[in-house]
Amino acid sequence: MSDRSPVVNFPVLREPLLSEMSGPGRNGMLVPTPFDVSRCTDVDVPSLLPALPEVSEVETVRHFTRLSRLNFGIDQGMYPLGSCTMKYNPKIADEIASRLAPVHPCDRRAFSPVLKHLFTLKTCLQEICGMDGCCLWPAAGAHGELTGMLVIKEALSARGQTRTKVLVPDTAHGTNPSSCTIAGFTTASIPSGRDGFLLASDLKGFLDSDVAALMITNPNTLGIFEQEITEIARLLHENGSFLYMDGANMNALVGIARPGDMGVDCMHLNLHKTFGTPHGGGGPGSGPVLVKKELEPFLPRPRIVQDESGQVSLMGDCPESIGQVHSLLGNVAVLVRALVYILSLGGEGLKDATVRACLNANYLKNRLKKTFALPYATPTLHEFVLTDKNQKPQGVSTLDIAKALMEFGFHPPTVYFPLVVQGALMIEPTESEPVSELTRFADAMEAIALAAGKRPEDLHETPRGMPCGRVDEVWAARNLVLTWNDLNPS
Amino acid sequence: MNIPEQLRYTKDHEWAKIEDNTLRVGITDYAQHEMGDVVYVDLKPTGTKVEKGDPVGTVESVKAVSEVFAPVSGTIIETNAALEQSPELVNQDSYGQGWMVVIAFEDAQDLEALMDAKDYEEYLSAEAK
Repeated sequence: MSDRSPVVNFPVLREPLLSEMSGPGRNGMLVPTPFDVSRCTDVDVPSLLPALPEVSEVETVRHFTRLSRLNFGIDQGMYPLGSCTMKYNPKIADEIASRLAPVHPCDRRAFSPVLKHLFTLKTCLQEICGMDGCCLWPAAGAHGELTGMLVIKEALSARGQTRTKVLVPDTAHGTNPSSCTIAGFTTASIPSGRDGFLLASDLKGFLDSDVAALMITNPNTLGIFEQEITEIARLLHENGSFLYMDGANMNALVGIARPGDMGVDCMHLNLHKTFGTPHGGGGPGSGPVLVKKELEPFLPRPRIVQDESGQVSLMGDCPESIGQVHSLLGNVAVLVRALVYILSLGGEGLKDATVRACLNANYLKNRLKKTFALPYATPTLHEFVLTDKNQKPQGVSTLDIAKALMEFGFHPPTVYFPLVVQGALMIEPTESEPVSELTRFADAMEAIALAAGKRPEDLHETPRGMPCGRVDEVWAARNLVLTWNDLNPS
Repeated sequence: MNIPEQLRYTKDHEWAKIEDNTLRVGITDYAQHEMGDVVYVDLKPTGTKVEKGDPVGTVESVKAVSEVFAPVSGTIIETNAALEQSPELVNQDSYGQGWMVVIAFEDAQDLEALMDAKDYEEYLSAEAK
C-alpha cells in the first residue's frame, strides 16, 4: 500500500436528533404572523401546527454538516456495490436541474420547454434500447417493473387471455418476483445453466399456455451476458408470451447492444444507475419503462406526444392505458439530470463509458481471481462475483471481508447476492474509477486475504475507526426498534 | 456436519422424519449453517394443503430469505409456534426444537424420492465441488 493512500477518518460522535436539540423559543429567524390567529374562531389553529423542532440556524447547519461527515458517498471514494452501478454523478447535471426548481408543473407556459426536454429524453432512451415507446414516470426500478408487468397483463387481457405465471431465472434481481406478485402473477424460478446463463433448452420445459412472460436480467447478476437471449425470445413469442428485461445492468450494454434487437418486448431502466443520477439516499430514483409497439397503447397516462409541427404536449386521453402511476411528471428533476448525462457524453461517449465500465471490472476480476474464488469462468461484463471459499477455512467470511474494506476507505460490495453463489461478493467498480483507485482496491482486498491467513480474529473486529464498529445485525433483526419513540418511550 | 442416520433428506436441504402417516420437517444442519443466524421464521398455517415442492414457509437470516419446501404432498397439521419468538432454535437445534411443520402426507410413494443420510452426505460433497 502506498503511503499516499487517502484514509477515511470519521469523527466519532453521537449526533442527537433535531427534536432532541429543540428548546422553546429558539429560532433562526423572525417569521411574520400572516394573520391574526385570534380571529379564527371556527378553526383550532394551534392543533394544525406540526411539532417542529425549535433550533437556531447555526445549530441546524452544524447538525446536517456533522451528519454529512458520518456518511460515505461516491464523492468520497469508490462504491463498488454490484448491480447498483454507483457511478459518479456529474455536477453539471445538478447545476442544470437546479435551474428548473422554480418552474411549477401547472404553469403551462413555463413548463413547455421542460416537456420538450422530456420528449428528447424519451427519444434518446428509445434509441439506446431499440424500443418503440417509453413512459418516464415510474419513480424507481421496482416501480418500473410493476408498471411493465401491469402493461403486459393489460395487453394479454386485450388479446382475451388470462395468463397467470411469470418465469424468473435464479440469477435475476430480487425485486423481480415481488413485482410480479404485486401485479397479480405467480412466479416460478428457472435454474440457470452450468455456465451461469439461462439455456433455451431449459426454458422449453417451463413453457405452457399459462406463461405470461419471462422476466430476465441481462447481463444477469453474475455479470454474465444471457447468450441465448434471441433464441429465448423466439421460444417465448412462439408460446404467446412476452420477454421482460430488467435493465438494472444496462451499464454493460449502452451503445453496444440494444435489448429491442434481442427480442425484448418490455423493460425498465434505472436512470439512477445507468444514467448517473443520484442514488442510494442521495435522491429519488427513476425507472422509465420501454416497450415495443404492441404494448405502447397500454403505457401509463399521460403520454408525451409531438405533433407534426414539432409541438410537444401531454396526452391524457389514452383509453387502453393501465392508468396513472405517478403524480404529474414523475421525478422530473432526475429525468432532466439523465438527459444532461446523455447529451454531455453523446453517442460515442456513452459507448466509451460502457467499454470502460467493462474494462474496469475485468481488470479487477483478473487480478483478484488469483486470491479469491471465482465461481464461474464464463466471461463477464461490468461486474463480477467472487466468493469467500478460499478464506472460509481460515474462519473469515464474506461479511468480514466486506466490513474490513471499510477500514481502507471503500464502500463494501454487494454481499450474499446472487443467492445462486454461496458467500458472494458482487463487485462493480463502474467506469468512474481511474486505474490507480482500482489498484488501491485490489491491494486492499489482497491485504485482507493475507490478514485472513495470519490473524483471522482481527478481521472479526472490523470495521474500526468508524462512528460505530461491527453492528450486531442479528440482534437488531431480532429486536426491532423501528421509531425513535420505541427507543425513548415517554 | 451433523446428518442423523434415521432421517430423510431433500436436495433443498430439508430433513423429514417419518412418524406414522405424518412427516415432521425442518432444515438441515448444513442449511442452518449456510444461512447463518436465523432472525425470522414464517410458516404457512395449519390446514394448508401443499403439493410436493410448494413452500411451507420462509426462513430469514441476516444474509438471505429462503423458502422451505414440502418434501411430500399433503396437509400441514402442526407448526412450530416456538420459532415465532425464538427463531434461533433453528440454529441451535435444527433437527430437534428447530422443527418447522408436520405434514399429513397423501401418498407414501412420495417418501421414496427422499434421500437417506448416506445419499445426502454424498449430495453435499458433490455440491461443494
